[in-house]
Amino acid sequence: MDFRGTDLISIADLSKEAIYEVLDVAREMTPIARGEMMDERLKGKVLATLFFEPSTRTRLSFESATQRLGGRVLSFGMPEATSITKGETLADTVRMVEAYSDILVLRHPQEGAARLAAEFSEKPVINAGDGAGQHPTQTLLDLFTIWDEKEVIEGIRVVLLGDLKYGRTVHSLAYALALLGAELTLVAPPTLQMPREIVDLVRELGREPKQVEDPREAIKDADVLYVTRIQKERFPDPQEYLKVAGSYRIDLPLLRDGRKDLIIMHPLPRVKEIAPEVDRTPHALYFRQAFNGVPVRMALLSLILGA
Amino acid sequence: MKELKVTPIKNGTVIDHITTGMALKVLKILGIGENIASTVSVVIHVPSAKKSWKDILKVEDRELSPREVDKIALIAPDATINIIRNYSVAEKYRVQVPDVARAILQCANPSCITNSDEPLETEFLVKSKDPLRVRCKYCERELEDIASNLL
Ligand SMILES: Nc1ncnc2c1ncn2[C@@H]1O[C@H](COP(=O)(O)OP(=O)(O)O)[C@@H](O)[C@H]1O
Ligand SMILES: [Zn+2]
Repeated sequence: MDFRGTDLISIADLSKEAIYEVLDVAREMTPIARGEMMDERLKGKVLATLFFEPSTRTRLSFESATQRLGGRVLSFGMPEATSITKGETLADTVRMVEAYSDILVLRHPQEGAARLAAEFSEKPVINAGDGAGQHPTQTLLDLFTIWDEKEVIEGIRVVLLGDLKYGRTVHSLAYALALLGAELTLVAPPTLQMPREIVDLVRELGREPKQVEDPREAIKDADVLYVTRIQKERFPDPQEYLKVAGSYRIDLPLLRDGRKDLIIMHPLPRVKEIAPEVDRTPHALYFRQAFNGVPVRMALLSLILGA
Repeated sequence: MKELKVTPIKNGTVIDHITTGMALKVLKILGIGENIASTVSVVIHVPSAKKSWKDILKVEDRELSPREVDKIALIAPDATINIIRNYSVAEKYRVQVPDVARAILQCANPSCITNSDEPLETEFLVKSKDPLRVRCKYCERELEDIASNLL
C-alpha cells in the first residue's frame, strides 16, 4: 500500500498486507528506537500532537519516535489545547494546526473526532485515540509485539482476558487478530463480556471466538495472554469488584498450567491484574510492548511522510 | 381487491406498502402536523398482498422531495410512491434504500463527534438493506433505532 499522505483513523482502514508492511518497517526501526543506530529521515519535518485528553505513553512515544528520526514536535497539549479552542470548533483548530506542521496526531474524548479532523486537514492525521472508539497505533504495537516474538500471527492462540466490554484496545485488537488469522479465546466476567458487534465482526472474518469462563482453562494451550484492567468504577458493589478482580488476577500458580513460551501482554498502566512476581519471568512482555510503541510509530511516520 | 376506503384524490401522492405501524412516522417526515392545508388520509393496518399488513398514506396537492423519499426508505423500505394527477396514477416507483444516508439521520451515541457543534453532516453507511443496518461513519457504531433518529 502507498502510505504517503494517508490518514490512519481506524485499524479497519488497513488491509492485511498493509499491516504487515508496517510491522516489517517497525522491525527495521527497532535499533534506531533504542538509540543504537542514527537516522535522520524526518529531518525538517514537524509533527503536531494535539491532545485533548491526558496521555503520557502515547504522546511520549510519538514524540520519541519523531525525534529519533530527526524530526521536530509541536505539542498542543492540555491545558493549551483547551485554551486555544475556547469556543473554537475542532474543525477550525485542525485547520490552524495543520498550517504549522506536516502531520497531526490527535487524541480526543469524542468518538469520530479523528475522522472529522482528517476531513478538514490537508495534512495526514493519525488517530491516537478517540473516546471509546479507535486507537489504531496501539493495535499495531500490540500486533508487532506478538509478531516480533512469535514470528507469525496466523494460527497463534491468543487469550483476551479481563474487561472486554469497555477496554477499547481489545476491540480493535480482536478484529485485527482475526483478520490476520489468529485464534481467539475470550475470558471475561459476565458483566464485562465482549460486545456482540465485535464478536460478530470476528465471526464474519471466519474466526469463531471461543468463550471460556475459567482463566486457568483458557491459558492451558495459549501462546499469548492479553490482560486488560478491570476498573472498580464498573461495579456498583465494591465486594463484587474485589471478588471478580481476584479471580482474574494473573500470578505464578496460575501460570504453572500454561506453556513455557506463553507471553503476557498488557496495555498498561496495570494495577493489580498481574502480580509483580510475574514481571521477573520470561512470560512478561508488557514493558517491551510499551517500548514497541516507538518503533511502530516511527514506521508509520516514515511510511506516511514518505521518508 | 377493492380498496378505496377513502375519497379519491385529484392531485397528490399516495404512499403505499408502508411497513405497518410506520404511517405516523412518515407523516412526521412529511412535516404534516397541526397546520395542515390539504386533505390527508391515513390508513393503518390493512391487509396487503405482498406482506401480510401495510399502512397507506394519501396526501393531496403534494409531491415529495428526494430527501423525503430517502427518509421514507429508511423506515419503510417496501413503500411505493404513486403520483396522482387528475385522479389516476401518473407515476409510480418504489423507494430505494441509499448506500449512504447523508444528513438524514442523527447518531444515537451521545459522545459521537457528530453530536457536537462541528460543521459537518452526519453520514451513515448502509451495511445491509434487508434487514436494514446502518453504521455511523464517524464513531463507527451501529444505529439501533433508525425510526427515532431521523433528522
Ligand atoms: N385517485 C386516487 N386517489 C386516492 N388513491 C388512489 C388514487 N388512485 C390510486 N390510488 C391508490 O394508490 C395506490 C396505487 O394505485 P395502483 O397503482 O392503482 O394500485 P397497486 O399499486 O395496488 O397496483 C393504491 O393504494 C390505490 O388505492
Ligand atoms: Zn456516531
